Order: sequence, then structure tokens, then C-alpha cells
Amino acid sequence: MSMQLEESPTTGDEVITNYTINFGPQHPAAHGVLRMVMELDGEIIERIDPHVGLLHRGTEKLIENKTYLQALPYFDRLDYCSPLAQEYSYVLAIEKLLNVEVPERAQYLRVLFAELTRICNHMLNIGAHVMDVGAMTPNLWVFELREDCMNFFERASGARMHAAWFRPGGVHQDVPEKLLVDIGEWIDTRLPELFGDAMSLVLDNRIFKQRNVDIAVVSKDDAVAWGFSGPMIRAAGIPWDLRKSQPYDVYERMEFDIPVGTNSDCYDRFVVRVKEVYESAKIMKQCLRDMPSGPVASDDRKVAPPKRAEMKQSMEALIHHFKLYTEGFHVPAGEVYVATESPKGEFGVYLVSDGSNKPYRCKIRPTAFSHLQAMDFMSRGHMLPDATAILGAIDVVFGECDR
Amino acid sequence: MTTLHSAPRFTLIDGLKGTLSTALGDHLVDAHEEHGELLLHVKRDSIEDVLRILRDDHAYQQLMEIAGADYPSRAERFEIVYMLLSLTTNSRIMVKCRASEDTPVPTVTTLWPNAGWLEREVFDMYGVLFAGNTDLRRILTDYGFEGHPFRKDFPLTGYTELRYSEDEKRVVYEPVELAQDLRQFDFMSPWEGADYVLPGDEKADTPPVDDPKVTEKPSDTGAGAKTDKHAADKVSAGAPAEKDGGEAIDPPEPTEDRAARPKRKGKTTDTAKATETKKKKAPAKRKPAAKKKDGK
Repeated sequence: MSMQLEESPTTGDEVITNYTINFGPQHPAAHGVLRMVMELDGEIIERIDPHVGLLHRGTEKLIENKTYLQALPYFDRLDYCSPLAQEYSYVLAIEKLLNVEVPERAQYLRVLFAELTRICNHMLNIGAHVMDVGAMTPNLWVFELREDCMNFFERASGARMHAAWFRPGGVHQDVPEKLLVDIGEWIDTRLPELFGDAMSLVLDNRIFKQRNVDIAVVSKDDAVAWGFSGPMIRAAGIPWDLRKSQPYDVYERMEFDIPVGTNSDCYDRFVVRVKEVYESAKIMKQCLRDMPSGPVASDDRKVAPPKRAEMKQSMEALIHHFKLYTEGFHVPAGEVYVATESPKGEFGVYLVSDGSNKPYRCKIRPTAFSHLQAMDFMSRGHMLPDATAILGAIDVVFGECDR
Repeated sequence: MTTLHSAPRFTLIDGLKGTLSTALGDHLVDAHEEHGELLLHVKRDSIEDVLRILRDDHAYQQLMEIAGADYPSRAERFEIVYMLLSLTTNSRIMVKCRASEDTPVPTVTTLWPNAGWLEREVFDMYGVLFAGNTDLRRILTDYGFEGHPFRKDFPLTGYTELRYSEDEKRVVYEPVELAQDLRQFDFMSPWEGADYVLPGDEKADTPPVDDPKVTEKPSDTGAGAKTDKHAADKVSAGAPAEKDGGEAIDPPEPTEDRAARPKRKGKTTDTAKATETKKKKAPAKRKPAAKKKDGK
């Protein structure tokens, strides 16, 4: 790195050199373990070199050594802010290779909980973003809502975060009727009230706008070239949403709008996420309205296990259960790339099967990788405190970025 | 095959395979459709040209991902797969090429700026070289890491582990020591072509003996009146009687903080009380419950 000497523009008697600082790896605004080597000219960012991988756990290698079902919980632990959305891509990839049919109720349940995950994820990001630029209160309020989401996950799967509830062929267990009633009530009352209150403090706030408007403006062409997806590409004015354009499960029956930004700055990215929360609530309401009754997992016993009660009576069921939980199911050889619209963008799984019970290769396409790579070009010429706003608007989680 | 699954449904363009095959011409090695996805296998040296044609002439604007894969049995063991997405035609394709450790792949950072990190990751994990990538550093592994962890011949546990050393007041790197073997279960059924001898199968090769042991006649079995006569005989002499265990050991000296305690009496070996069964008392007879008076 070349140290450049330059003359002070005003007095001529002071000489300031560019200097390099470390942002992170332990920085509260780094959203995890991100180390950014910043080259600064005064407070102006000249160059950023993000160092990622501090949370690299070799998930993809571990998956190659597990059966398809055993590998599923790893996906919860990638982006630990939106666990079910990661599982979604993986189970769909397996289902695509197996070509297995998923019962309608399971499809509705998966869409319902994927959208609940989206709300849960946006609550964290919106709160963190607001706090990164100086406001404390809204974060505490939206965390209340996040807590509600966690309770719903717990009532469905038994786990607050790492649900492992989506399974190849459906979902693990049916939900109690009361849970659906409670979710419906929550969408109608608590969510709009509390979230609306919190956002009323932020959206028109002078300081918040000063910190976000016109920060890190990305043109449409740049957004496409840098491989942006999710709210990042929508804020750039491109109405691209995989739920609409490449629908999976019952998304094509849902009516919802795609919020699109106009200015492609950090403020737009924030507002796109705020609007998406309301759209997700809309989808969830439709799910609750239209959800049929019926089985929640495929009746293909070579993929989905039998009911516990059935196992007590039927030898066949017992054998299937034993085989599924020891050897696991075999997936026909082939390779697929399946991407879904996770709350942060396109989350893809490239799955190569060699016909055995373990994936030969499972490449995970994290959403944050492309976005974080653009950090350098987005923040060039901005002030040092803008870096936190830009990072907050990217919505990066390192469990997923580093894998 | 009818589509039963509910995975993302993108537009399947009619005759896409033919169109792209003619457009790519000599660059193409193989094109096939699988699970509704088009896979193009192209020559390694022309990967940049191919992707440029696909981006500029066929509207695949976005490079979503570059995945590496390792097939050690092949001559060119690595496969590099490029996932392309078209926002305008709503279509996805995969383009792949092969490489070995010492044959570099032309970089595509000239086409997409985000290819930089994606190529760095493939380099870090597999050691595939990308010619023309100016910033081919490691990305996900530790500073100073050696080797390429996602290769199939790299052990799952790795070679080094690190811990905080209280003595040296810093993190130290050490060779991996496993307290327990990593358990790998083999679920390959014998009739699916296991390449090892199953336990017991080695006996199949031993030649038959001349005089096989049979039990056709009663005399062959060793049973009969003669055997019955000796059935009650004692074979061994039985366990020897226990003898005195040598010199008696004195009870231990009282420890310092129990100085006031009296010295224990008796020998340490004298534990009869502990081993003897207690004499049972006859259970006390229950009194019959007094009859309740009428009412409450």
C-alpha cells in the first residue's frame, strides 16, 4: 500500500498522510466478525478491504459427510437471523432431485413460516440499522416483535431459533390450531401497532434521513453487475423478487406487491425492508385464510418418516423409520441449483448427488458475499461513520457469509 | 417425467439448448438438460468468451455464483460451475469447465466485478488458479492457512487445531489430536458393490476338509449312557479357601485438622459389619383401621 503525501488545502503548514485503520473484527457495528481494513484520508474513505472468513466453519465440507437429513440443521446455523429461509432452499433442492410431491398443507405452512422468518429477520436488521446510526428506542420495540416470532417458532418446532422444521417432503410436524389463530391475531393487532409506532419514530426522522439519504447510491447497472439480489436490487429500482418471478410452493397463489426503491441509497434499502414486512403480513394472512387441512409431509415412505402411532402397529412403518434415521434416503444422481428469496436476497444451494445417501457436493450461495464485496465501491468517498449505515443497509450476517 | 416437486419454477425457453449450442459453436463440449435446468460444459480456455457471449447476446446479466467441485478420479479433477441468471428472460443456466491443479482458468472479473471474491473462494477451497485475477488471495480460511480444505483428500478434521495457551498467553497452533476416532458409518449394501471383504466372507475361499464333522450317528455326537454316568462328576477342585491377608495394617493417623478426633479402633481389614446382613425384624403388625363412625 502506498502512503501518499499530500498538502493540506488551507494552511500549507500541515501535511496529512492517508492512514489505515482496522474496523472490526470486534466492532458493534460490524454485525459480527467482519474486519475491514480502511484506508482513510482524514475521515473520507479511500479504500476498503473487507476480510471475511473469521466465522468459517467448513459447513459445506461437513455436509458432504452427513446424510441429507443430518445436514439440514446446518442450514439453520448459517444465517441465524432467518433460519427457516435457509432450510427452504435446501429442502427444495432435495425435492427437486427426488421429484417428490409435497402436500398442499405443508406448502402453505412453509410459505407461512418463511414469511414469518422474513418478518423476524427484518425486525433484527431494521432495529440494528437504526441503532447503528444513533437511535436506541425503535430497536427495543422491534425486538419485542422478534421475540413474538421466536415464540411462534418455538410453538411450531420446539426450538426458538434453530428450528430444523422444514423437511424434504414437507414439514416435520403439524402445528396446533391455536398457534395459527394466535399468529393471525398477532398480524392484525400487535405487529402493525408496535411496528408502526417504531417506524413512526424513524422514517421521517431528520437525523435518520441525514445519515441515510444519498449514502451509497448504486445505479441499476451496477446493482446487476455486482450480483445484487433481494432488497438490495429492489432498492435500486429493479422489481426482481424470486417469489414472484420464479415461484415455489404456493407463492404463485399469493397476492402481494414488490416494494421498489427510487433513489437506490441506504434510506431506500431501509424503506424497502419496512414495506416488505407489511407485504409478508399480507401473504401470511392469505396463507391462514386458504390453508387446507390434510397431511403435512409426503406419503412417500422412502423420503418422509411414518407417523409414530403407525410405527407401533405396522412392521413396514417401523422398518421405514429405522432405515430413514440410520441410513437415510438415497437421492438419484444429478445436480441442481435451487435459489429462493431469503429475507436478505437470493440464497442458493447447488447440490450434486452421486446417488448415495450423502450429498457429493453442496455449495451454498450466501446472499452477503456479493453485497459485501461491493462495500468497497459503495463506500468510496463517503465518511467513516457512513460505513456503519452502509453495512447496516446491506444486512449482513456472518454465519452465512463465511459458512 | 412429470414434475411433482414444488421447487422454483423459472421460464423454460423453447429450444434454448439448440440456440445456445449453435451460438457457442466450438467452445462447447457438451450440453444437456436435467431437472429442467440447462447445463453447458465448455472448454476451459474459452470460458471467458462463452460467458461474454451469454451475457451480451443472450441476456444472462447476472453471475450469481461460482461453485467448485472435486472429482479426484478424473484427469482434470476440478469442476468450476458458473450460475448465470437472466433478469429479463427469467431464466437460469449453469456453465461449467474442468481444470486441474496446474491448469489455470481464465478469470471472468473482466465481465463481472463480483467474480473476484467468487474466484478467490474457489481458489482458497480447491486451489484452482484463475489467470488474470489480480487479487487471488485466500478469503475464507485463516491467515497463514496451508492446503485447500474442500478437496476430497483433505481430511474433515484438518491438520492443525488451535487453543489459547495459558502459559504462553497467546493462541497456539498444534497438530490435531482426536480423543476419539471420527466415526464414519458405511451404508453401502454389499450388493451395491462394496469394495472390501465383508466379515465372514473370507471363509468362502478356504478349501473343504477331508473328514467333515458330522452328527449322523449317535456315536458321532458324544451323547449316550456313558456320558450320562459321568454327568455329575466334579471336574475341577473348586476355588481355594481364602487365607489370612498377611500383616494387619494400622488405621491411618488422624489428619491435622481432625486432631481432636479419637483414633479409630480396630483394623482396616475388619469390615465384617459392613458385609454381614442385618437380622430382619418381624414386620410390625398393622392395627386394623378403626371403624369410622357413621356420618362424617
